Amino acid sequence: MENVQCQCGHTNPPGTKLCESCGRSLTEKDQNSKLVDMRYEGTARRSQTYNKSIIDKIWNFFSSVKVGVSIIVILLVAAAIGTILPQQAFVPASTEATIKAYYADTYGSVGRVYHALGFHDLYSSYWFITLVGMLAISLVIASLDRFVPLYKSLKNQRVLRHPSFMDKQRIYGSGAGSEDTLEKAETKLKELKYKVRTDKSGLLAEKGRFSRWGPYVNHIGLIIFLFGVMLRMMPGFYVDESLWLREGETRAIPEVPGYYLENKNFKLETYTGEGEDAKFGEAIDRVGTVVKNYQTDIVLYQEPEASLPGATDNLEVVQEYPIRVNQPLKFDGYAVYQMDYKLNELKAMTFALTNKETEESLGELTIDLINPDELYELETGSTVELLGYYPDFSGFEDGEPQTATPLPNNPGFLVELTTPETPEGETSFITIQNTVEPLGENQYKLTFQNADTRNVSGLTVRKDSTLPILGLGGLIFMIGVAQGMYFNHRRFWIQQKADGTLLLAGHTNKNWFGLKKDLDRVVESAKLPAYTDQQDEIDKKEKAEKEGESSS
Amino acid sequence: MTLTEISSNLLYAAFFAYLIATFVFGGAVKGNKKGTFNSEQRWGKVAITITVIGFLAHLSYFFTRWIVSGHAPLSNMFEFTTAFGMTLVGGFIILYVLYKTPVLGMVVLPVALLIIAYASMFPNEISPLIPALQTNWLAIHVSTVVIAEGILAMSAAAGLIYLLKVVDLSKKSKQRFWLEGILYFLVLVVGFVISSSYFTLTNYENTFQYVNKDDQEATIIYNMPPIFGMNESVPLTEDAMTPLVETPALVDASKLTTVTWSLLVGTVLYVLIRLITRRRISQLIQPLMKNVNLQLMDEINYRAVIIGFPLFTLGALVFAMIWAQITWSRFWGWDPKEVWALVTWLFYAAYLHLRLGKGWQGEKSAWLGVIGFAIIMFNLIVVNLIIAGLHSYA
Repeated sequence: MENVQCQCGHTNPPGTKLCESCGRSLTEKDQNSKLVDMRYEGTARRSQTYNKSIIDKIWNFFSSVKVGVSIIVILLVAAAIGTILPQQAFVPASTEATIKAYYADTYGSVGRVYHALGFHDLYSSYWFITLVGMLAISLVIASLDRFVPLYKSLKNQRVLRHPSFMDKQRIYGSGAGSEDTLEKAETKLKELKYKVRTDKSGLLAEKGRFSRWGPYVNHIGLIIFLFGVMLRMMPGFYVDESLWLREGETRAIPEVPGYYLENKNFKLETYTGEGEDAKFGEAIDRVGTVVKNYQTDIVLYQEPEASLPGATDNLEVVQEYPIRVNQPLKFDGYAVYQMDYKLNELKAMTFALTNKETEESLGELTIDLINPDELYELETGSTVELLGYYPDFSGFEDGEPQTATPLPNNPGFLVELTTPETPEGETSFITIQNTVEPLGENQYKLTFQNADTRNVSGLTVRKDSTLPILGLGGLIFMIGVAQGMYFNHRRFWIQQKADGTLLLAGHTNKNWFGLKKDLDRVVESAKLPAYTDQQDEIDKKEKAEKEGESSS
Repeated sequence: MTLTEISSNLLYAAFFAYLIATFVFGGAVKGNKKGTFNSEQRWGKVAITITVIGFLAHLSYFFTRWIVSGHAPLSNMFEFTTAFGMTLVGGFIILYVLYKTPVLGMVVLPVALLIIAYASMFPNEISPLIPALQTNWLAIHVSTVVIAEGILAMSAAAGLIYLLKVVDLSKKSKQRFWLEGILYFLVLVVGFVISSSYFTLTNYENTFQYVNKDDQEATIIYNMPPIFGMNESVPLTEDAMTPLVETPALVDASKLTTVTWSLLVGTVLYVLIRLITRRRISQLIQPLMKNVNLQLMDEINYRAVIIGFPLFTLGALVFAMIWAQITWSRFWGWDPKEVWALVTWLFYAAYLHLRLGKGWQGEKSAWLGVIGFAIIMFNLIVVNLIIAGLHSYA
């Protein structure tokens, strides 16, 4: 394509609609129209100019508003579809097979189809992420396609425009003026906070140009936000670990080198409905108990710098803190949150070694359910040897006891009991309220006496270094939105021809009412010729024609 | 009278003020036969005074309840929904001061009334806050959202008025169908309010035992005659109606029953209106719209969005993310309520691009405004009650 030469002598880049210098219409269509199309100042937008190469086609695709809106709408519909059934993160199943089974069992054929289509994990699916990526590309390309020519054009504006540019503006007027009209207009416009430039016998008054950048600024904010979200895939930017901590336990914080956490106490408080809570009595009666507080009192320790990694004997206390919901522990860029809990986990069980017939006790032993001993020696010379320990006994497989998890939910013990009476030992398998004697009838048994319990606190450890970037993106977005929506770009062109005739034109990107109000004040103070809103005239004419048709 | 009682009486007062104001606004619009606007302005003044009195009562309800409970009354369905009714009326009052538009009151106030009535169907006692809600972000996040939604609703109200004036009701068209559909939906809400109130006032109660989806036995109290029964339900109340249809465990038959009663009563009501007046509801309302300034309605539609959209972004996304980060350790977790906030936001983003980039003004914009409100209501009703997630506190 070739450059476009204007009558005024200025050479415009291909695709220009209004001459960059004088404002004359350069295409036949524009020359014949009553009003000039002022969007993007009639500049050459790449997407409207080139359509040959594959790059042109991609560029044009993403710079189109229609495509952008379509992507938004598809994303919106897809996001909504993901809420029809719960996402896999919210269902009580963890492996691929159990998740699949869960959807089929709980939601029948609907669930099966939903799962088969991959909607159970919609938001991390490749196609959904691709859509978000396309939206990001569209944000960049559509913005560049418009911003660059618009910026250049507004930066290089000439004061004097060709009369054919003036009379095709929506706000236009012409008539006789006196010698000092321009000067008076300039004074008044400056008073109204317009920036005024003059050139020979003309002036250009402008206000609020920065509002034109609003859309691009808010798009930059969104891009920064999306960039921040992407950044969390990079190692080091993002830590998300969970940590179950029993009361009294001290453990290394996962993914946080050098730090340890001790759970001194976990508590769960509920509303009593009395005293201060009396006002909630009615609600508590209706729904039952309501939790008031989840709290883990912790001590945060740090390894001294010189110590060997993993050495826990000389930890230094950093701080003590009650972690509560909404009040995470914060240190060194990390945060530890109260997320879950388990009350009354078994800690230890006490048994008595008793003779089955006489019920005489040979002594008691206490088994720690987290770190059990291998051998327990009783005062009477008897011993209990722990041959096998199954913290979460789930049944036998090929005659072997199995444990479902390493948590002491349903402890099972395979023990050998040795007493002075039975020196060769008797084997017994004990679970809660049940004893199996696999190798024949025994003389002795372990009788359950009592159990110690303690609470377990479920904590989440997070580090998210992308948060400041996300915050910045959000802030820039909000600024851009306010900038574009609550301000507008107003311009007036006034020029006096050699014969004294004044030409007057005005343009704004929105709020024509406000523009006219400004202009009325200038017209009054500088005795400018009366102006008309040519768009209103056209509308009126069309309406009259329509009514004329329907009445005839 | 305790402060709690004063608070709920203030809400009643607000409700009745809005009810009276609705009719006065209607009268103001209807009385303006010649299009002179003199009588309209006179009666409009009376109506707006009553509305403002109601709004002040509503505000007083809000703050007295805040004092009693010790937290911003925005923590459950009853409180959120009554607050939504309040911001709706607040938004209208601002618009009335700016543009003197009685016709807007005639549309907004009945919707606000329906919303308050809907709210009152939820348990309204003052309830304690669970740990996640015990923070100032409750007041900050929810109040911003509820104000933003109140303002966005103005866009829909102006849109609806625009449509009621411009849609040609004499010819069969998609527009005519959907416009009547919107009004039919409003009648269904009336049906819900009537049926719920009736069975509540007559103290209807019917208890069943059933097997829930985790194969556990549970009991449930129906407050409406059971059309649909819970999975394998066994009646526990003697001499009471037994369900007509049994449903699988996945379906909450009690909610389905409520929806069905609302549909039934609402539809009967709608059919009666049609039979008695021999007209569509839109046809009944259209004559009242003849003096409507379309350009002004289009302007209100757009203005409401450019104020509501940034506020919504701030409240429903920015503040929401900050709070979620503090409470749940992540700013975003694709919880259904979060997703629907995003859906609403994307919708209004599309609205703005279509309006500013594609020149969708007037009727197209009006439809978009109405659809936006439908999404907000979907988020309020369906997402809270059916797609339960982390946000279902009610």
